[in-house]
Amino acid sequence: MDWLNAIVQGTLLGGLYALFAAGLSLIFGVMRLVNIAHGDLIVLAAYLGLSTSIALGMHPLLVLVAVVPAMAGMGYVLQRGVLNRTLGDDILPPLLVTFGLSVIVQNALLEIYTADPRKMDAGGLETASVDLGGLTLGVLPVLTFAVAVGVIAGLQWVFYRTALGRAFRAVSDNQDIAQIMGLNKAHVFGLAMALSLAVVAVAGIFLGIRTSFDPSIGGGRLIFGFEAVIIGGLGNLWGTLAGGVILGVAQTVGAAIDPGWQLLAGHLVFLLILAIRPNGLFPRMDG
Amino acid sequence: MTGLDAFYGDFQALYGLDLHLDAGEVLAIIGANGAGKTTLLRSIAGLIRNRPEAIRFRGSPVGALRADQVAGLGIALVPEGRQLFPSLSVEENLIIGGRVGRKGPWSLDAVYRLFPILKERRNQASTSLSGGQQQMVAIGRALMANPDLILFDEISLGLAPIIIRDIYAALPGIVGDGMSAILVEQDISKALSVSSRVYCLQEGRVSLEGASDALLREAISRAYFGIA
Repeated sequence: MDWLNAIVQGTLLGGLYALFAAGLSLIFGVMRLVNIAHGDLIVLAAYLGLSTSIALGMHPLLVLVAVVPAMAGMGYVLQRGVLNRTLGDDILPPLLVTFGLSVIVQNALLEIYTADPRKMDAGGLETASVDLGGLTLGVLPVLTFAVAVGVIAGLQWVFYRTALGRAFRAVSDNQDIAQIMGLNKAHVFGLAMALSLAVVAVAGIFLGIRTSFDPSIGGGRLIFGFEAVIIGGLGNLWGTLAGGVILGVAQTVGAAIDPGWQLLAGHLVFLLILAIRPNGLFPRMDG
Repeated sequence: MTGLDAFYGDFQALYGLDLHLDAGEVLAIIGANGAGKTTLLRSIAGLIRNRPEAIRFRGSPVGALRADQVAGLGIALVPEGRQLFPSLSVEENLIIGGRVGRKGPWSLDAVYRLFPILKERRNQASTSLSGGQQQMVAIGRALMANPDLILFDEISLGLAPIIIRDIYAALPGIVGDGMSAILVEQDISKALSVSSRVYCLQEGRVSLEGASDALLREAISRAYFGIA
C-alpha cells in the first residue's frame, strides 16, 4: 500500500508540475523561445495572488479571476515590448534576456515582500482529504491535478480547434509564409506569451496554496517544468502532462525509499530518459 | 489598380529594377537561377523590406510595409516549393489563406470547384499529398485571400509535366476575372503562353522586356544567358 500510495500521490503532484510546464511547452512550441524567467513568473503570480487575496479578503482560488488576466496582459506586453526583439536566428539573445528578467523579478519580489516564506490561506482546503479504503487523497492535490488536466485539454482545444491555434501552428511551421497569410507574427507571439502566463498564473496560485514560497524558489520550479517538458517531448502538451506525472511519481517513490532522495530521484529519472530518448517520450509527430 | 512600379535601389540581388504592371495583366518574369526573380517576388510580398517608394501598389507606397500588411492590401504569393504548413490539414491551409478577410469570388467552395481532389483530401495532413496536389493547395491558399495581384513563384518546379500542364490549364480561369498576376518561371514557353508581357532578368537587372508574343527566341536566349 505504501508504494501504491507513493505512486498516487506522485501522480497528483505531477499535475502541479504539468501546470509549471504547460506554459513553457506552449511558447517553445510556437516560437522556439526558452523562457528562463518562467519559474520566477510563477512565483510572481503567487505573490500577486497573495496580495490580492489579502487586500480584497478573498479566497485564493477566487483571485484567479484577477491574477490570470493580469498575468496574461503582462505576458502580451512583455512579448511585444521586449522578447520579440530578441527572437531571430540566434538562440542566445532570448536566453540571456529571460535570464536577466529572472534576476529582475526575483530581486523585485525580494525588495517588496522580503525573503520571509509566505503562504496563501485557503481556509482548510490545504489539509482537507478524503479516505478511499486505505488511500488518503488530499483534496487540494486532486483539485490541482484536475485543473492541470483541464488546462492541458483547454490548450489542446485552442491549438487544434480554433483560429488562434491555427495561427499558432502556422507561425510555428513557417514564420515568413504565415506573415504572407496576413498573420502579424509579433502579435501572434504576444498572444502565445499571454496564454503562457495565464497558465503561469494558475500554476502560481496552486503552488502558493500548496506550499510556502519565497522569492528564491523560481529556479527550482523552472527546473521541474523543464524536466516535465523534456520528458514528455518538446511541443507535445499531453506529453507534458505525462512528463509531469513521471517526474512527480519518481520524486514520491524516491522519497518513500529515503526522504533525502526525493529531488535526486526525479532528476535521475529525467537524466535517464534524456539519455535513452533525447527527444522525450512523446515527441511531436508532425513536420 | 492603377499599376505597380517595383524598383529597387542599388542593393542586394536587384539593381535599380524598374517594372510595372497594369490592372488585370499577367506578367511573366524569366531568367536564370540567381537572376533575382524570387528576391523580386519576396520584395513585392513584403518579406524583404524596402524604401516605401520602392514599390507602389494602386498608387500608394507599400515598399516598407510588413508582409501581413501587404497581404491585407490584396497581394498574395504562391511561394517557391509550395511551403504549405505541415501542422495544418489541407482545409486548414486554405482557411488560413482566407484570414485576411477580403471580399471576392474565392471561398473554400470555389477552390474545391477548381481543384475537386482537394475536397476529398480536405482533412489530410498537407504533407501527405502528392507534389501536384500540394501545389493546388498552395494556389488555393493564395486565392482564398481574394487578392488583386497574385504572385506565382516557380509553380512548375519539381512537378511532372502532366501536372504542370493541368495547372497551367487552370491558370486562365484563375486570373481571368480582373486579377493581375506575376509569374516567375524557368519554363519559358509555359511562361510566354499565359502572359501578355515578359521581363527577362539577368543578374538583378532587366535584360529584356516586351510583349510575350512578339519576342524572338534568340532575343530571349541572349537576354537569358547574357550571350552578347
